[in-house]
Amino acid sequence: MAKITMREAISQALMEEMDRDPAVFIMGEEVGVWGGTYAVTKGFFDKYGAKRVKDTPIAENAIIGGAIGAAMVGQRPVAELMTINFGFSAMDYIVNQAPKLHYMFGGQFKVPLVIRAVGGGGRQLGATHSQTPDAVFAHFPGLKVVSPGTPEDAKGLLKSAIRSDDPVLFLEHATMYQVRGEVPEGEYTIPIGKSKVQRVGKDVTIVTYCKGLELSMKAAEELSKEGIEVEVVDLRTLRPLDMEPVLESFKKTNRAVVVEEGWKSYGVGSEIVSRIYEEAFDYVDAPIIRVAQKEVPLPYNRTLEQAALPQVADIVAAVKEVLK
Amino acid sequence: MKKEQQIDLYYQMVLIRRVEERGAELYQAGKIGGFMHLYIGQEAVSTGLIAAREPRDRVITAYRDHGVALNCGISANEVMAELLGKATGMSKGKGGSMHMADTSKNMWGGHAIVGGHLPIASGFAIGDQYAGNDNITICMFGDGATNIGYFHEALNIAKTWGLRVLWVCENNQYGMGTSVDRASAVTEIRQKAEGYGMKNGQVDGMDVLKVYDAAKEALEFVRTNSQPYLLEIDTYRFRGHSMGDPERYRKAEEVKKWQENDPIGIFNKYLLDKKIATRKTLDDIEAQVEEEVIKAVEFAEASPEPAPEELYTDIFAD
Ligand SMILES: Cc1ncc(C[n+]2csc(CCOP(=O)(O)OP(=O)(O)O)c2C)c(N)n1
Ligand SMILES: [Mg+2]
Repeated sequence: MAKITMREAISQALMEEMDRDPAVFIMGEEVGVWGGTYAVTKGFFDKYGAKRVKDTPIAENAIIGGAIGAAMVGQRPVAELMTINFGFSAMDYIVNQAPKLHYMFGGQFKVPLVIRAVGGGGRQLGATHSQTPDAVFAHFPGLKVVSPGTPEDAKGLLKSAIRSDDPVLFLEHATMYQVRGEVPEGEYTIPIGKSKVQRVGKDVTIVTYCKGLELSMKAAEELSKEGIEVEVVDLRTLRPLDMEPVLESFKKTNRAVVVEEGWKSYGVGSEIVSRIYEEAFDYVDAPIIRVAQKEVPLPYNRTLEQAALPQVADIVAAVKEVLK
Repeated sequence: MKKEQQIDLYYQMVLIRRVEERGAELYQAGKIGGFMHLYIGQEAVSTGLIAAREPRDRVITAYRDHGVALNCGISANEVMAELLGKATGMSKGKGGSMHMADTSKNMWGGHAIVGGHLPIASGFAIGDQYAGNDNITICMFGDGATNIGYFHEALNIAKTWGLRVLWVCENNQYGMGTSVDRASAVTEIRQKAEGYGMKNGQVDGMDVLKVYDAAKEALEFVRTNSQPYLLEIDTYRFRGHSMGDPERYRKAEEVKKWQENDPIGIFNKYLLDKKIATRKTLDDIEAQVEEEVIKAVEFAEASPEPAPEELYTDIFAD
């Protein structure tokens, strides 16, 4: 096992897949000469050249629409949105075209496309540049939505995404590129659509993913010092959603907290809680609590921004609350 | 142009430069966060342009907005306070560097989605056309923004509906690390207006008086003909795209060559050569600006943080 950063994990996955399959190429803003706004594709331009690492104009519709087209005729583009916030400029392609093309034409078209995008708050970028709108994208059947929380998962899931014949939105978090973790040596993939228990415990189930995982693992450590053992289930994929490990854990603990960085209303947590109530109502010992972002556009001011984002302390408090 | 006004333009350009130099230091010191895009090198563009407007003309721009804010008459105090995220900033510390606006000065904001504010600028003109006034909307944007659909949709409707918009492309040669020729089908941005049958022009953006004259003429055209106009202003940013840009995409010699064309240096020499100002006058302006910027930083640092309740204000207007 080697210990690498999230950035290295994503970078390695891209390189391995580009080396494996000549149909894989990258296109996006500043992915080439600049080396990627978050330095994920640093060195790629020199290694693979302008044909396989395409710097695009600032034109999100041309990027995503173009990548859809290239995918439909047999290539395997990895389109990069500089941030998911700019994905709104290409919303029609992401939610209204890519996810529909296979179904609507009776399975004739394939769209083996990956859209990589970074999201998340905490960097004082202001309301239009700090969002975690994962739930919005997860709403649409036909689009796979993946959002890993560890380097191991990021690498394995991105490789699966590139090999998938469906459009996959791969969501990274702007404050997690330096997160380190063990990854297996050599070639491996991790299947899309499988949740995973990242920490075993008996008292409360925390259901989360991506940035929420980082926060939840910290909360788990703090709670452990007080004798509370939480089980952390990482969704890893938002669509298709794998509830099995969640329900299994909940049937053991009978109490749950759901943690996400996005807004609470109509969010990922809303979905998870409903499913637990629908499928495991008899096991419920306490109302389930959602920890999420305050219902405000994120402000620039650092103190206000942090007040709006979910914190480790909020998770600790929520776990204690469901144990009351 | 009157002597006093020329000297005032000089003052405005020096003010932008010093506010931003101080801002960059405060950013390095960790007192400013987020994205901050400096206007250094481009001061003559907004200074000449905004000097040519009537007070009733609206201005809207992208995230590289500190200079535009100052030119529109927003104080250095407020600019600095917003950069520091303080309650006394014009956006109450909620917007930051990229989101400066003051409607009382007809400055309708810095906007951070590339090209996103162009259809909104058309919308201002739709509103003004509907109201039956002859206000002009001055919409500023970068070269990179002309490659996104928003630009084309906005220009098309402006021409078709006879909207009073002065489109101003600040061609600083790059959109982040991508040079114009690597991203745009035509490198003369003004040519894009031709496709929409729109009158257009081009001017050297390192010379504030040339910018002023070109803007005056363009505004006159827009007002009298009720037609949009696209003005391309050629310029260069002396600093990185935003703070922390490694600048791997351009050579130091290229930057140096442009820096020899410093708009402030050019204007300084012009004012002296033409005997419009004495060296003492210009030195006094430097000293005055220095003082103003020190005071602005003091004001911003002494200003309160927004109250915690501010998190929940301004979500809805009702
Ligand atoms: C829709 C959208 N895509 C991408 C970005 C990221 N981005 C911010 S500034 C910028 C470059 C813009 O270049 P240009 O329009 O030439 O303006 P300049 O920065 O040179 O003033 C990019 C790609 C964004 N803010 N919005
Ligand atoms: Mg530019």
